[in-house]
Amino acid sequence: MTDLVIIGGGPAGMSAALAAYEQGIRDILILERDSSLGGILQQCIHNGFGLHKFGEELTGPEYAWRYEEKVRALNIPCKLNTMVLDISDQKVITATNREDGIFQIRARAIILAMGCRERPRGALNIAGARPAGIFSAGTAQKLINMEGYLPGKEVVILGSGDIGLIMARRMTLEGAKVHAVCELMPYSGGLARNIQQCLHDFEIPLKLSHTVVEIHGRERLEGVTIAKVGGDRRPIPGTEEHIPCDTLLLSVGLIPENEISKSAGIDLDPITGGAVVDQDRQTSCQGIFACGNVLHVHDLVDYVSDEAELAGKSAAAYLQGASAPACSISLKTGNLVRYTVPQVITEKKPVTVYFRVADVRRKVQVQVWSKDRLLYSKKKASVAPGEMEALALSAEILDDVTALTISIKEEQA
Amino acid sequence: MFDVAIIGAGVVGGMIARELAAYDLKICILEKENDVAMGATKANSAIVHAGFDAKCGSLKARLNVEGSKKMAQVASELGVKYQNNGSLVIGFDEADREALQELLERGNQNGVEGLRLLEQEEVLAMEPNLSSAVTCALYAPTGAIICPYELTVAAIGNAMDNGAELKRNFKVTAIGQEDDHYILFSSMDSVRARYIVNAAGVYSDQIAALAGDESFKITPRRGEYILLDKECGGLVKNTIFRTPSAKGKGILVSPTVDGNLLTGPTAVNIEDKTDKTTTAEGLAQVMKEAIENVPSIPYGKSITSFCGLRAAGDTGDFIINSPRPGFINAAGIESPGLSASPAIARMVKDLLAEQGLELNEKTNYNPLRPAMHHFRETSLEEKNAIIQKDPAYGQIICRCEGITEGEIRAAIRTEPKPMDLDGIKRRTRAQMGRCQGGFCSPLILKILAEELHLPIEKITKSGGASRMIAKAIKED
Repeated sequence: MTDLVIIGGGPAGMSAALAAYEQGIRDILILERDSSLGGILQQCIHNGFGLHKFGEELTGPEYAWRYEEKVRALNIPCKLNTMVLDISDQKVITATNREDGIFQIRARAIILAMGCRERPRGALNIAGARPAGIFSAGTAQKLINMEGYLPGKEVVILGSGDIGLIMARRMTLEGAKVHAVCELMPYSGGLARNIQQCLHDFEIPLKLSHTVVEIHGRERLEGVTIAKVGGDRRPIPGTEEHIPCDTLLLSVGLIPENEISKSAGIDLDPITGGAVVDQDRQTSCQGIFACGNVLHVHDLVDYVSDEAELAGKSAAAYLQGASAPACSISLKTGNLVRYTVPQVITEKKPVTVYFRVADVRRKVQVQVWSKDRLLYSKKKASVAPGEMEALALSAEILDDVTALTISIKEEQA
Repeated sequence: MFDVAIIGAGVVGGMIARELAAYDLKICILEKENDVAMGATKANSAIVHAGFDAKCGSLKARLNVEGSKKMAQVASELGVKYQNNGSLVIGFDEADREALQELLERGNQNGVEGLRLLEQEEVLAMEPNLSSAVTCALYAPTGAIICPYELTVAAIGNAMDNGAELKRNFKVTAIGQEDDHYILFSSMDSVRARYIVNAAGVYSDQIAALAGDESFKITPRRGEYILLDKECGGLVKNTIFRTPSAKGKGILVSPTVDGNLLTGPTAVNIEDKTDKTTTAEGLAQVMKEAIENVPSIPYGKSITSFCGLRAAGDTGDFIINSPRPGFINAAGIESPGLSASPAIARMVKDLLAEQGLELNEKTNYNPLRPAMHHFRETSLEEKNAIIQKDPAYGQIICRCEGITEGEIRAAIRTEPKPMDLDGIKRRTRAQMGRCQGGFCSPLILKILAEELHLPIEKITKSGGASRMIAKAIKED
């Protein structure tokens, strides 16, 4: 029996482990599938990490090292090259590696910190051929930064999320020509600074409201047809344009990697793809917590670390015999709000609710409703799907309610 | 000098090779691609049809029923997954009911066992996710599913274990004759054989023409499919067909033996035998028609779409004959070709014997091939015993399908050896899960390069010019 098993040794897993340790938990085990701690940060060799957390711009590996150093100094045990295969609802974890074979660990508490994966081409059903040369942006990043191989030289990127933008610059720096970054939406989902530093600075065209409609090439990719899309996000006939290229990178969304959470019977939120959690990041399975990109996809790793600290503290409190849930207030999504985290509140204490909107809007009010009673309202200059919103709720607001609806009021409808 | 050269390493060529490998013969399989199972075999509906569909008395009808009866045993000998899940042809109105009644009678005449018509209540009890507009269905309990490329890899592997040879990247460009044998030429090489079997799929008319037989034409018929995540595999238990109409057999919805949900195919005749592209219209049609049958299919959980070309002949039936001494056609093998393949192999063997090929049974013939998915399905104790001997079995490479380094290395060392990334996919399922190789393909590139003693830049996705890497940018 292990007190606390943390699945995933990326930024979320390490922060959670350190937070639990600080609260006095000593019997901790981190299970990591890669050969080192750090997760996806290891291949993110660009800078821009840690501005919020450390007040300086770090590279991914540097950010990871700040945490890994502490994990090592505290001698928190880790098993590397270890893949978790299954979690039971009894908190029995089945995992495998070369040395131990397939083994089981019973945990008193578990923190899920498995991160997310990229959506593949298949999820988009782009028509055309299936040649070599189509990679998810993260796979290309791994090939270049970790393995030292350039996947191709003439590049089109579909999706202007941050990974797509970062890879446009990275491919350019390695001598490839990036012909265009196409974005289905009329706005980029990436950070403004990345659009400037990764595209504009290198004169790479960003084609908003464009998508790839056909893939050409029998063996290696030979080109893509792109087209403009209308308000319904469907291609507009007659706007097709052929771009010869040998590489197509896809940066078309991230999906929390919750396959093993399902095996434990944890309730998942169909919108986030992550677990349904309370304010302590506890899932529907008592003693199982979730944090980081496995819970919902974050904009910045700094926020992942914050959330993981909360989960680590909560897991420690659970292990030290915290009291049972005091209430159950469900958080519902109103106008323009896609999801909230947490989805449920079980204790009447101040809580920060994170949420994402479905579309770009200017001049709005963020509102909190209990049935038809408006409890809170705050003006905001703009909201966008690419930026997670945070909303601090006081304990008083939770008095005497069973459900709260978070909603966006549009000033000029 | 070979006794028999088989042109085409698809399911038909593969099953023929295995059938002949039981005898004292020198057999050679010639394949123009970098791997086996690269034509219609790797992109079809993966169904073992019960056999009610084809016209009574046709080769299609006879060989389908015979092949489908043999398939369970073939699969078990070759260690290939096979599931007798049953088929349902669903109807929505009175015209459908009449058509189903006809199919039932035809099936009975063809010798299909256990067919019966079901009424709405029974159909929906059996398959609650079907459209509630269903009024009736034809139930074929002998309908089954199998993985066609797994079957072909195993059949050819088993033939090779029993002495057959496989020549890849051997595209037959000319056929000559000398004394008592043929000479098959590719651009680089030649092979001599006393007998030729033409199992060249969509190219079988061209191969026949090289031997002077211009009696038939093969038209590639495009079929587009969408494959969904394993989460959706349980949506239906049976293979769901629409009542056939003048428009064809329609879009089917079926679980696969690996637990995914498969929907498709379209049916469009095209000219280009190499055009395996999917189209926006085709994929839209698949979704639209599949949803008419099973409304809750969550297409947001698609993991890939693909297109296969059926080798549609112009005679309305399989073309299995001998247009000249020592040359056998196994051509025009469209649906139900996979189902019929064990029987086609038997028939081709009989034709060869009629042509004078001596068939003496091998004393050391082994019809068995170990299952390549053994590790995945064995007990925890046995897995650990295997990992203790070879720690590579403890290292997961493909997280989606749970495939280990040990399984991938074993596949690379087993005939017919995979030479590219797609070859590993078809043998192990690594890269075939929900992330479609995003996580594991860089790892597999390394393993493949190591096993084949090639630089990574030379590793291809699927042979030819399909290289994965443009150049190395880092010194070791």
